[in-house]
This record gives sequence, C-alpha cells and structure tokens, in this order.
Amino acid sequence: MPREVIELEQQIEHLSILDENGQLDDDLEPDIDEATLLAMHRTMLLARRFDERMLSLQRQGRIGTFAPVKGQEAAQVGTAAHLDQDDWMIPSFRETAVALWRGDATKSMVNLLLVNGGFFQGGRMPPEQRDLPIAVPVGSQTVHAVGIGYGMKYRDTNQVAMVYFGDGATSEGDSHEALNFAGVFQTPVVFVCQNNQYAISVPRERQSHAKTLAQKALAYGLPGLQVDGNDILAVYAAAQEAVARAREGGGPTLLECVTYRLSLHTTADDPTRYRDEEEVEKWEQRDPLDRFQSYLKEKELLDEDDLDALEEELADQIQEAVDEAESQMDALGDETLSMFEHIYAEMPPYLQQQRDYLAAELDQREKEGANA
Amino acid sequence: MPKQTMVEALNTALHQEMGQDEDVVVLGEDVGVDGGVFRVSEGLLEEYGERRVMDTPLAESAIVGTSIGMAIYGLRPVCEIQFSGFTYFAFHQLESHAARIRWRSRGSYHAPMVIRTPYAAGVRALEHHSESREAYYGHTPGLKMVIPSGPRMARALLVSAIRDPDPVVFFEPKSIYRAFREEVPEEEETLPLGEAQVVREGGDITLISYGAMMQPTQEAAEMLAEEDGVEAEVIDLVSVSPLDHDTFAESVRKTGRAVIVNEAPRSFGAAAEITTRLVEKSFWYLQAPIQRVTGFDVIVPMFAYEQAYLPDARRVVRAARDALSA
Repeated sequence: MPREVIELEQQIEHLSILDENGQLDDDLEPDIDEATLLAMHRTMLLARRFDERMLSLQRQGRIGTFAPVKGQEAAQVGTAAHLDQDDWMIPSFRETAVALWRGDATKSMVNLLLVNGGFFQGGRMPPEQRDLPIAVPVGSQTVHAVGIGYGMKYRDTNQVAMVYFGDGATSEGDSHEALNFAGVFQTPVVFVCQNNQYAISVPRERQSHAKTLAQKALAYGLPGLQVDGNDILAVYAAAQEAVARAREGGGPTLLECVTYRLSLHTTADDPTRYRDEEEVEKWEQRDPLDRFQSYLKEKELLDEDDLDALEEELADQIQEAVDEAESQMDALGDETLSMFEHIYAEMPPYLQQQRDYLAAELDQREKEGANA
Repeated sequence: MPKQTMVEALNTALHQEMGQDEDVVVLGEDVGVDGGVFRVSEGLLEEYGERRVMDTPLAESAIVGTSIGMAIYGLRPVCEIQFSGFTYFAFHQLESHAARIRWRSRGSYHAPMVIRTPYAAGVRALEHHSESREAYYGHTPGLKMVIPSGPRMARALLVSAIRDPDPVVFFEPKSIYRAFREEVPEEEETLPLGEAQVVREGGDITLISYGAMMQPTQEAAEMLAEEDGVEAEVIDLVSVSPLDHDTFAESVRKTGRAVIVNEAPRSFGAAAEITTRLVEKSFWYLQAPIQRVTGFDVIVPMFAYEQAYLPDARRVVRAARDALSA
C-alpha cells in the first residue's frame, strides 16, 4: 500500500444568500434585527459617501494619499458587526467602513482625515476602543492579531481579534506565519481576507495558483470559508459563525470575502492601466450597497424618503467631521516638535538635544521670516 | 548564590521575572522542552508550563510579530531568536511595528518586549552564527539595543529590559556565555538602560567597548599598565541605544585619547557613531586621532580565520600606543 489517500475532513464552501439579481435564499437568510440591519446600512452608506468626500478633498490637495473603500463596504461591515466593544480589530489600510462601524463615526472620520492629512495625531485611539491604527506594510498586521488573540486566551477572556487583509497579503510570508501560529496556538482570531481582485495592478490569479484563497486554511488545519463579499447577508452569516467559534474556544477561521475594489488602489493609482471598463461595469452590477438597499426596500425597512433623509443626515455628519478635522489640522500645524514625542516612553537626552536644535532652528526661521 | 556563568545568570533573571510578574511570557524556537539551544531558558517550562513558555513554530517574523501583539494587549513577552543571524527574518516587524506602535498610535499602545538573541563570533560556528549587527537596531528609532559583558550585568540588564516600557533588542555575547563566572546576588538587581559604565579609571587614554569585546579591551588595559605604565580608563557602553555619550565624552575630555573596540564591520557601525560624538563633544580636548579597532567590512570568516577577524588585546594595545605616541 505505498500510495494511500489521506482523507481530510475539511472542505471549502462558498456562501451566497442574496445574489446580484436580488434573489434571496430564504433558508439561509440570517436572522438580523431591524436595528442592526439599518445600522449596517447606515455605516455602509456613510463609508461610501465619506470615500467620495475624501477623494474630492484629495483632488483639491486638502489631504494626501488615501485608499478608497468603495465596493468593499459589505465585506467590512458584515464582519465587524459581530465584534463587541472589548473585542479587538486589527486593520490594514483600507478599513474605512470598519473604523466607522467600530468607533464614534464622526471621531473616526476626523482621525482618518488627520492621518491622510499628514498628521500622525489621527492614530490615537480612544481608550474604550481597542483597535489598532492602520498598518501599511501588506500582511504584516496579521501576526499582531495572533499575539493579541494569545493575550485574550492567556487572560481567559471570551474576546475575539478580527484582522483584515487583502488578496495580495496572502502571498506575504507573515500571513502564512500568522495562520500557522493561530492554528498551533488556537487563538481566537478571525482572519478576514477581502479578496478585492487586485493588489494594485496585479490580479488575484497572479497571487496564487490556488482555486480559492479560503482553501489555504486547510493547510493549517483551520476552517476556511469563501463568501460572496458583496452580499452583506452572506458575510454576516459567515462572520457570525467564525466569531462564535472563536469566542467559544474553537480557534481561528479564515474567511475569504470575494469582492471588488470599484475605485482606486490609492489616490496615486490609475486603474485604466490594468483593467478595462467592462470589468468594472460588471462588478458595479454587483454593488454591495445597491444590493443591500434593494433587500431593505423589499423588507419595507427603507424607502426613498428614508434614503433621502439619511443622505442628508450623513452629508451633515461628514461636513461636521471635515470641519472638525480642518480646524484640528490648523491647530496642529504649529506642533512640529511633537515628532519627537512617543518615540520612547521617556525622551533620551540625545533626542532632547535634537528637539532643542529643531526648536531653535524654527525660531530662527520665524525671526528671519519676520525680517525678510 | 554560587558564582554563575552568563547563561546561568540570564536564566536566573528569567526565573525571577516570571516568578514575580504573571504577565511575563517566554517564546521562541526550542525554548521549552529543550530549554533553549544554549539552555538560557532551562527549567522555565517545568516551572511555568506551556501557557507561559511556548515552543513556537520555526518562524522568526511571527515570533516577533506575535510578541508585538501580546505586548500591545498587555503581556510582557520575552522572545528568543535562536541566533542573531536569523533576526533578519523578523527585522521588518521590529522596524515597521515594534519600534513604531507607540508613535503611530500617539501613545495609545506600546510594545514592551524583549528580543533576546545570541550574537557575535568566536565560537567556531557555522555561517550566519557569528555576526555583530547591533548597528541595525541602534539605527532604528523606537528600539533600544543593549549588550551585557558579564554574568552579573547580564542578569540585572535583562531584568531591566523586561520591565522597560519600550521594545529592547538584547544581544547576548555567546562567546562569553560560559567563559567565566561571577557572583550574582540573590537579591534583585537592575541596571538602567542607556547608561554607560566606567569599569576602570585612568587618566592617560580612554578605551570604549561593549559585549564580548570588553574582555580583550580590559586585557589591553592591563597590558598597557604593566608594559607601558599607562593608565587606561575603560568604558563599557552597555547600551548601544540609547547611546550615553556623556560618559565617554567626559572621559576623553580628561584623557585626550580614545580607542573604540567592537567586532562589527567597521563602516557605519557603533564605533563610527561613537567617533562622531567624540568629535562633536570633545574635539578641542583630543590630543591624537581617535582609533577604531573593529571587525572588517567582510562577512565574518568561518572558524579557520575567525580569530584573525576578531579584535584582540594586542590589536587594542597597538592602537592605544599609536594614539599615545601621536
């Protein structure tokens, strides 16, 4: 018997509940209360509108580079919806909708605007919100989630860590190491892979020859599930299962949310170089927000009047955040020397000397400016 | 307590810190059942169990990366990278995250953790087991980088590193892991990070070193005293970062002459930084060019030529004589 089949218990499922034509699988429809449905919708719409506002601010030169979320709102809100206040969220750099869901949305918008406006002060996290600031190096945050999950288990809590990353990140060594560690130590981590089809210009097929990204879970002995990431109901149901498993001591799960980045990688990107309009149009037909709105209308939880009123309310909220962020940025403009803070718990003497040097230099320039 | 080797002293520090702080955890490759390949973590698994002493999969980036997560959450991880030559796998976690999380979050989070790793040459090891790359970490804002030079210092310094609120890269000079024993007091001892020590006083010349190179440096000071009647002041940096330039700058203002000894490649290393600080802080007191006795800008040769690569007392003495005769 030199060659035997090793039976693996696991398999990969693809979950879809509300398809792009508005067809609902009644058997699979998750039981979500009205308030949650409307709250999720509100956050998705706010994320969409805030994204648009950020883009226009960036084009006007009022903020710097940022990574639009358009198209991924369901994958983000449907997963984050299961986190409790004392759970942890570990983002990459495109989790606008999660940030709006998790914190006070206005404050989250202000912080995002600050960071994208060039002020690290936006990285502050209110003490009641246990989320990490954005992580730019792709995939590198996945291992932090495993360590945080280890801490949760160590302290015998029933907390959960949810970490976000993309299809490109699955090629990074850290994602592999994180999934492997999470499996070995059975940490309560939900790995949310937003497969948005592109890592800047490189398509999903160039990241892996594997048929799904979810199947990578099998190699680590973890459950993996692929969901229609533009279907909020499917994302919600899948994440519910994964979060419950983690909370009950059942260990980590890998969720692959199949979605699409409808907008730019970042504001420095020109997607016409690598994908055609037809493809984008095809995905626009699957817009997660449209689909969710049809569902809510069908359920008579939302009508056009509600939507108009909500649009107006969200526009005001965004304006409030932009005004607040711009006023904070004006005030922070003079706090140049804060670059020396938070490098160490205590500033070492040599750093203090460098700070004094820059302070004197800035003073001198101000005087020279006044005399010029 | 009987006299201890550096390995035993480090082990004492780990036992004592784990004993008094439930949040201290140890993780790495072979740190559990095996007690570490150099036995620094011996007995910890038996005493504290798998929950606090974790044999990890073989993945340096995840060892450091999960430690960052643990530290952010509130634990005090002490992770071991088996040899400093393998820390490069984890370098980006140190540079991109351990060193920055405090800054990025404006103090909302910080990563109090220790990355212990044996470094340096002189033990007839394979390739990748002999480097002295402290400059990488000293060059990274947000990290601390310390290196003990003897058992008693090693115990106190590791205790302080574990209690420190910032991430500390802790290089252990493996060539002196078991080279000599020292009295290590039973009672708690700590050692401030970022403070150099004057370990021998003298007025004629200043010898500056750290880690394993303190041995040849001190030997050289004795040779200079015996053979030349020269009284050398010897300074042990202890911390490469934060670098305490006041201690050595003040010494050189007294002696007017300096020799810096380390086994790292010569270019862009700690010796270059110390030289620069001396030029900035003590230039008008210098009576001779500053001498550097360092490794060469080559890959550390394998053990057939290793001793020729490493600075030794005779090279230090010759450099000192050059400085004294200038």
